[in-house]
Amino acid sequence: MSEQFEPEIVAFCCHYCAYGAADLAGSMRLNYPANVKIIKLPCTGKVDIIYLLKAFEDGADGVFVVGCLEGNCHFTDGNIKAKRRVARAKKLLDEIGLGGERLDMFNMSASMGPKFAEVAREMTERIKGLCPNPLREKMKNEGGGR
Amino acid sequence: MIVAEQKPIQEIKAMIADHQKVLVVGCATCVTVCMAGGEKEVGIIASCLRMALRIDGKEPQMIEDCIQRQCEWEFVDTLKDKVDGVDAVLSSACGVGVQALAERFPNKPVYPALNTSFMGMPKEHGLWVENCRGCGNCGLGRFGGICPIARCSKGLLNGPCGGSQNGKCEVSKEMDCGWQLIYERLKRLDQLEKLEEILPPKDWSTDRDKGQRRMYRGDVYYEQTV
Amino acid sequence: MSKQFKDVLASGEFVITSEIGPPKGTNIEKMLHHIEILKDKVHGMNVTDNQSSVMRLSSVAVCHIITDHGGEPILQMTCRDRNRMALQSDLLSAYVLGVRNVLCLTGDHISLGDHKGAKQVFDLDSVQLIAAVKSLEAGQDIGGNKLDGGVEFCVGATATPEADNMDSQFLKFRKKIKTGAGFFQTQAVYDMVKLKAFMEYARQSDVKILAGILVLVSAGMARYLNANVAGVTVPQELIDEMAGAEKGKALQKGMEIAARQIKQIKDEKICDGVHIMAIGKEEVVPEILSMSGV
Ligand code: SF4
Repeated sequence: MSEQFEPEIVAFCCHYCAYGAADLAGSMRLNYPANVKIIKLPCTGKVDIIYLLKAFEDGADGVFVVGCLEGNCHFTDGNIKAKRRVARAKKLLDEIGLGGERLDMFNMSASMGPKFAEVAREMTERIKGLCPNPLREKMKNEGGGR
Repeated sequence: MIVAEQKPIQEIKAMIADHQKVLVVGCATCVTVCMAGGEKEVGIIASCLRMALRIDGKEPQMIEDCIQRQCEWEFVDTLKDKVDGVDAVLSSACGVGVQALAERFPNKPVYPALNTSFMGMPKEHGLWVENCRGCGNCGLGRFGGICPIARCSKGLLNGPCGGSQNGKCEVSKEMDCGWQLIYERLKRLDQLEKLEEILPPKDWSTDRDKGQRRMYRGDVYYEQTV
Repeated sequence: MSKQFKDVLASGEFVITSEIGPPKGTNIEKMLHHIEILKDKVHGMNVTDNQSSVMRLSSVAVCHIITDHGGEPILQMTCRDRNRMALQSDLLSAYVLGVRNVLCLTGDHISLGDHKGAKQVFDLDSVQLIAAVKSLEAGQDIGGNKLDGGVEFCVGATATPEADNMDSQFLKFRKKIKTGAGFFQTQAVYDMVKLKAFMEYARQSDVKILAGILVLVSAGMARYLNANVAGVTVPQELIDEMAGAEKGKALQKGMEIAARQIKQIKDEKICDGVHIMAIGKEEVVPEILSMSGV
């Protein structure tokens, strides 16, 4: 099953660094999996736990948050806040039974296009090694979301 | 304020698993401030439960709401229509709120989403500490405003045990020795003589040892008409 | 020893007490053996009360066994496990079973022991427990109700000469004396300078003070005490001395140190006596005593 499985992955990227890096990866024509969907936020400090949960609830197989390098957040410490929230959300995912390994956080600067591509590949590989989000399967069967 | 924390999702799930339509209702007072059961947390709890139950093959319906205070009829009563439309209520208020809902909606199962922990305050952002045990007979006046019942792990009244180390309680290196704090504070206030008095055993009948405590005040009392 | 503990205290003789730890379970063989060797060597045997918050055979029962064997028991009572009703009731029970000495302690916190989820009590503190004994002696319980037959105990308490904050310890020490403690047994002390400093304060009253002597069995134990046991500090010289002991001779070294300190305390009249703790190795106490020459 997992061979054919193409995971749906959502990346929450901050405007200043992560999105810049993703953009750069694109213009450098670096190869990274097309199934990573980017959601741009002004800062990863805007990442609320509920955003992460909703992504999974709506069927994402994996989610990652990308912020500026630690110490370089454009809003001082939004990325640190995000890091803690990601940690709590990982625990919740474990409790729910989806597994915290479907979620992660990375830090990079706008100039690190190759790093973005690498992270996107890494997450895709990791999720491929798991089963698809069981909620997505259920949604398909029932022909709809909530 | 009342400080509470969320129960594990699996524990909540087990309570509500047999109900199809559940109203998850938060409280916008203490538990919102301690980030355990306000509007935001209701969203998180409901989302987690939906996912956890769906993984189990269920199709639950969660209705989310949050009222100003679950410990007052005035606000609880606004939930009536919503409660009528569900099979069960999950309250993310403190135990007082959970029980208020249970009393107001006698035909509906009401479950707690939180563990009500203590009366205290956020000492730092994200760190809450217990400061009052609600014993019903406040002695803070003689202890320099630091409660030995709540802040000494053994609730000692006549001075410290021998167990503190570097100002920390024998129970945990993270916890200040309450008696050390009391002593230092009274010293600073030049009121150490207050501690010389030998205090008799505490009268615990004002604590909860006489059963549920109630307080009646004639000047503000009027009979409930509803 | 046939003399009552309170008479020994009054006599001005150098007082020696030791400890008996009730077993966890009902096999009392080893404990009986310890009682047999110690009963004629010490003036009193202190029976610990669910020591370190670990549930064990009750100290009242063991005190009774000691009287049966002709020893002089000192009943330890902590405030951790019993409320004022149970404490008073046990005091009455101990009295009718022949126990005449009681040592009142706060008790370790429940979380340090083997029933971490238990509801701890601390309805009374150690000062109030002493007051309760005194009240029973006066013929009434602490609720003010008359007793049909009272008690008469020699009441002791504890002190920590090397505590974190000595000022607040002295506060409690004063209260214990005022309430009626007649003798004190200290927490283990190794630093004689600190013990002397404590005694300078304690000598302002005429209560009897027994210095706590805890027999070291290894350098590791000394380090453990320093790191984990509040109010106990083993000076570096003693740790080195223990570490320098020949293999298999560490206990012997610990006994030597204990004997040396007992001798010093007696010769220099630092305290009125000693309380020897040899946790589980009570059989070495007679030898320590003969080594110290007391
Ligand atoms: S160490 Fe301090 S706070 Fe802890 S039990 Fe003893 S006196 Fe109370």
